[in-house]
Amino acid sequence: MEADTVLAVTGLTKAFGGFTAVNGVDLAVRRGSIHALIGPNGAGKTTCFNLLTKFLTPTKGSIVYNGRDITRDRPAEIARQGLVRSFQISAVFPQLSVKTNVRIALQRKRGDSFDFWRSEDVLKPLDEEALRLVEAVGLSAFAELPAAELSYGRKRALEIATTLALDPEMLLLDEPMAGMGREDVERIEALIRKVSHNRTILMVEHNLSVVASLSDRITVLARGQVLAEGDYATVSKDPRVIEAYIGSGVGHAH
Amino acid sequence: MADIASTDAPAAGLSVREIDDGTERLHRILMIGIAVALVIAPFVTYPVFVMKVMCFALFALAFNLLLGFGGLLSFGQAAYFGMASYVCAYAAKFWGLSPELAILSGTAVATLIGLVFGALAIRRQGIYFAMITLALAQMAFFFSLQTPGFTGGEDGIQAVPRGRLFGLIDIADDRALYWLVAAIFMGGLLLIYRIIHSPFGQVCTAIRDNEPRAISLGYRTNRYKLVVFVLSAALAGLAGATKAIVFQLASLTDVHWSMSGEVVLMTLVGGLGTIFGPIAGALVIVSMQNFLASLGSWVLVVQGVIFVVCVLTFREGIVGIIAKWSKRPL
Repeated sequence: MEADTVLAVTGLTKAFGGFTAVNGVDLAVRRGSIHALIGPNGAGKTTCFNLLTKFLTPTKGSIVYNGRDITRDRPAEIARQGLVRSFQISAVFPQLSVKTNVRIALQRKRGDSFDFWRSEDVLKPLDEEALRLVEAVGLSAFAELPAAELSYGRKRALEIATTLALDPEMLLLDEPMAGMGREDVERIEALIRKVSHNRTILMVEHNLSVVASLSDRITVLARGQVLAEGDYATVSKDPRVIEAYIGSGVGHAH
Repeated sequence: MADIASTDAPAAGLSVREIDDGTERLHRILMIGIAVALVIAPFVTYPVFVMKVMCFALFALAFNLLLGFGGLLSFGQAAYFGMASYVCAYAAKFWGLSPELAILSGTAVATLIGLVFGALAIRRQGIYFAMITLALAQMAFFFSLQTPGFTGGEDGIQAVPRGRLFGLIDIADDRALYWLVAAIFMGGLLLIYRIIHSPFGQVCTAIRDNEPRAISLGYRTNRYKLVVFVLSAALAGLAGATKAIVFQLASLTDVHWSMSGEVVLMTLVGGLGTIFGPIAGALVIVSMQNFLASLGSWVLVVQGVIFVVCVLTFREGIVGIIAKWSKRPL
């Protein structure tokens, strides 16, 4: 394995009953890069993503993160090792305030919070950093509102702030732009570029213009297998990729 | 970035922050109000009635901690309430322990049972979790039924001596006992309030709101759920043990599944997920049982009707509705 590979996947396979959603996928994500996973609907992107984040257990294959085999680890364990995921459906804690959402993540630095006898005042020192992160995603004016009251785009922004609060070494973003308006897309795109400094990002994304402008490397999946890999210029000219997108009748290959 | 933020929520942060501080003050005032009411109550009504309300209110508060703030629906809370009641009664009557030690041993046993039952149940979620807690509680019931040497079988453990608190203070008189029960109740209420507003409580609320997200942040959520389950079992046990000293009786009723149902009813009527709701719910249900006692078994029918009306028309419960009107978390 190359020294600068942070995440190495070999022969990753997941079968649901008779259906093989992901079939022998190999993937090597270079440290510090933005790597995109794309493909037409039903290509197995989301399954692949859930396998990498341990929310599903692979049928076959191995996942090595920072030289350590994490194939059988539990989701909470890999988060503790700095591999943190986002969700496709916006994942916030709806009844907690925006600030508290971020603070829940910051609380992880204390280790486990089993101290039920202490006042939450002990968390006050975290407020400053929480507010700084809230500001970084442009949500300062909503800091004390319950997250449920935020618009969809702002929930996504809050989710990114929460994820960043963990200061993860590697981010796994599940369709960060899904369901967003144009101005939100630009905002989140700028944000991802900003946070990619010193971090590795692997994302599943449908919006190909975002993929084109952000990614260093792209892996194209189709029918559960790797179809092509390379930078955007290479991949977008690959006849098999064009065929897969047009052949599947999906228009968003623009 | 800032332009989007400033368009539709002018100074929202400031005003909400003010309400937040106000809420804290309001809760403090309500706590003092409850304490004052408890001081006055024995002079205007029967101490035994108020003690019964306090025992059930503490039981309901413990259940509400589990469901309202931990998101875990248990149908087996009677196991902890009832077993603690038996152990306390047995310890006071046959080992001659002083009341505070008897109550502590009852609570300790409930905590242990909670640890074992909880460790088994939290592996499943939702309705399966509820079914496992119910099944385990039924086992506790049949254990109580089959061991008359310990529980007194159908008769229960009767004529439990109240004894002397710390071996000194005679609490045989209702008025003397009242202050002990009031102190236990207020202590339990304050502890639960603290748990909800602790770093632990914050994580529990997050898990209740969105468990996969909490996991993805690195929280081992099952451990948090187990801790909240054990805390709830311990407090339910404290309520059951105290009840055994108040009524000088531990019986199969305490460990029967209908007791688990009753605590759900109290919590829903009062307001699930509110802080003070379970107290209001216990007050309403216990009062109803007392004043409608002449109706005999028909009390159950009235209770059933109230439950249905409650779920159909005001699901937020008494305190939940007040909180909605006043726009303040209570």
